[in-house]
Amino acid sequence: MAAQHTTTIKAGGSEKDYWKDLWLHRQLLWILSKRDISVRYKQTLLGVAWSVLRPFMTMTVMVFVFSYVAKIDSDPGVPYPLMVLSGLTIWTFFSNTFQQISNSILLNSNLVSKVYFPRLLMPLSSIAVGFVDFLIALGIFIVLTPFFDYTISWQIIYIPFFVLLTFITSMGFGLFFAVLNVRFRDIGQLIPFLIQVGMYVLPVAYPSSLVKDTWFEKYYNLNPLVGIIGGFRWCLLGEKSYFNPQSLYSTVIISFSILILSLIYFRRKENTFVDHI
Amino acid sequence: MPVIVAENISKKYIIDHQRKSGSSGLRDVVSETVDKLFSRKEAQDDFSEKEEFWALKDINFSIDQGDRIGIVGHNGAGKSTLLKILSRITEPSTGQIKIEGRIASLLEVGTGFHPELTGRENIFLNGAILGMAKSEIRESFDAIVDFAGVEKFLDTPVKRYSSGMYVRLGFAIAAHLNPEILIVDEVLAVGDTEFQKKCLGKMRDVSESGRTLIFVSHNLTAIQALCNKSFYFEKGRLIDQGETTHIVTNYLSKVSHKSLDKHWDTIESAPGNDQVRVKRFKLFPEYQDDLNHIDVRTPINFQFEFWNLVEGANLNLSMHLYTFTGECIFNVGTQSESFPKGLVTGTCELPGNFLNDGSYVVSMMIVKDTSTVLYNMEEALVFDIEDYRENVTWYGKWPGYIRPQLNFSIRQTEHVVND
Repeated sequence: MAAQHTTTIKAGGSEKDYWKDLWLHRQLLWILSKRDISVRYKQTLLGVAWSVLRPFMTMTVMVFVFSYVAKIDSDPGVPYPLMVLSGLTIWTFFSNTFQQISNSILLNSNLVSKVYFPRLLMPLSSIAVGFVDFLIALGIFIVLTPFFDYTISWQIIYIPFFVLLTFITSMGFGLFFAVLNVRFRDIGQLIPFLIQVGMYVLPVAYPSSLVKDTWFEKYYNLNPLVGIIGGFRWCLLGEKSYFNPQSLYSTVIISFSILILSLIYFRRKENTFVDHI
Repeated sequence: MPVIVAENISKKYIIDHQRKSGSSGLRDVVSETVDKLFSRKEAQDDFSEKEEFWALKDINFSIDQGDRIGIVGHNGAGKSTLLKILSRITEPSTGQIKIEGRIASLLEVGTGFHPELTGRENIFLNGAILGMAKSEIRESFDAIVDFAGVEKFLDTPVKRYSSGMYVRLGFAIAAHLNPEILIVDEVLAVGDTEFQKKCLGKMRDVSESGRTLIFVSHNLTAIQALCNKSFYFEKGRLIDQGETTHIVTNYLSKVSHKSLDKHWDTIESAPGNDQVRVKRFKLFPEYQDDLNHIDVRTPINFQFEFWNLVEGANLNLSMHLYTFTGECIFNVGTQSESFPKGLVTGTCELPGNFLNDGSYVVSMMIVKDTSTVLYNMEEALVFDIEDYRENVTWYGKWPGYIRPQLNFSIRQTEHVVND
């Protein structure tokens, strides 16, 4: 028989091999992610084309509303549509992932009640769909840039860093809400609202330079997403786009702290999810 | 060598009498907390609405490698909770279990099947969910397809499968798991007889290859065929364990304690809730010559009385009759009617020459608006039917659950002309 594998089940304690266990289940993570992606456009007429159409349509509407109707100023030298597009790309990635993570446990409740695996797999696998959408949106951005007489800046090589940071932040917030969502279904009602508010509070449709030198700037920067959106924009649009690298420290520290706290909370609750579903 | 050692396992649930759904709203918790903060008395009232319920209490056992353990007990005895804890779906409230070896549990057939995915995709999905490595699934892929008999539909989404195909595919995947310890819950209850035989055979293979099996079923025949040892659970406690034959006999004798009449004199002591309370449930044979004698010819009358505590409630009764081993023979219901407050009596006549000899269990449900179960009196009555035969010289066990007298005759239809 295979190498001995000892499991201890006891009250209040996930066993010590949790991370090893998670690693052993990596194939399941892959399969669950693949399931979410392949199921997404089943029984639709346009199929995969939707994954290009959807972000494209959202962006067109947003750009039209904010640049022609609301007429907000961009940073000098940066075409307004590109500023909105870049902001929307990363914000949509965050909000989709955040929402999917928050709902991941409930959406998989049939699994939670019938079979064991490290529950962290569900939030982890739920980001796949959002990530694919993000890559497509990024592709659209790159394709559109020349039409605005603009060239993508070399800083684009830093994008993986900001993507990782977005992922960490969405896990940080999402895990916490995922646990609460199991216990209180109110969370499901609250999340779309939070996302809507976030879209206006954060520098998605306006440059973060608008907040510069105001009395609340330092509090504003405490929100890790402000740094992420600013940084992501800087990656794509270069120095002309306002970004204060100093804010990155607080962004990194805050998003990691949130992630760690959420993880602790999640681990403490995950073994009893089934009792509340 | 023990592969599973459980010490002092208990599982507590908090039952909240106020709430209807399983999950509570944030508002409730907030208002409760506010209540507790501001009013001592309120807090106490609030406490009394919650009830602790021990689904399992102080369970100790050890299982050796190669043991085939059957778990018997009534509904609500804690069997499923134990399986859930062993499968790590939920954690115990107290105690600890040590498990040596890879464990796989099969609490449902086709867990995680996605209706939109094809049979092929679902084999990989379900296999991975049950803990198989991709390479293992690939190795047994053909065997799984063959066992399930779904070759032609491999690339069809499973939502187009018949329920039989769905179940067969689900079991086929599970049957090719290779854990050192396998936990199976009542999956034999699905599928047709042919398929059930196949499943039992597969489980026997598993046990003969020296692996450990834990099997919960109401089907005592299956347990006796498969398991060498058994655990008997009652009301959350492990009350007996040992050789299967011994446990099954013990279980049968305990339950076969006939109960033909149950009654409560006061509303306060009667089982039920704030809408209905049961006064009496009894059965009696139609021929009253010998009160305790019921044989296959005897018509049986059931009489069920309860207090309706809600004015104008729309109520009906629904009665289930089970064999002793837990198979449902039938379910009958009355018409729904509106009742004022007071005593309501339901009667049912079971004709003679209907049930075969054996032990039977009756449950009675009080249903509101034909859809909400107000109270379910499970395993309320237990009775035996004696054998009776005329004009036969064969005395083997008469097969079947029912023994109806049908218009079944033979006669000569042609005279053979023989010269």
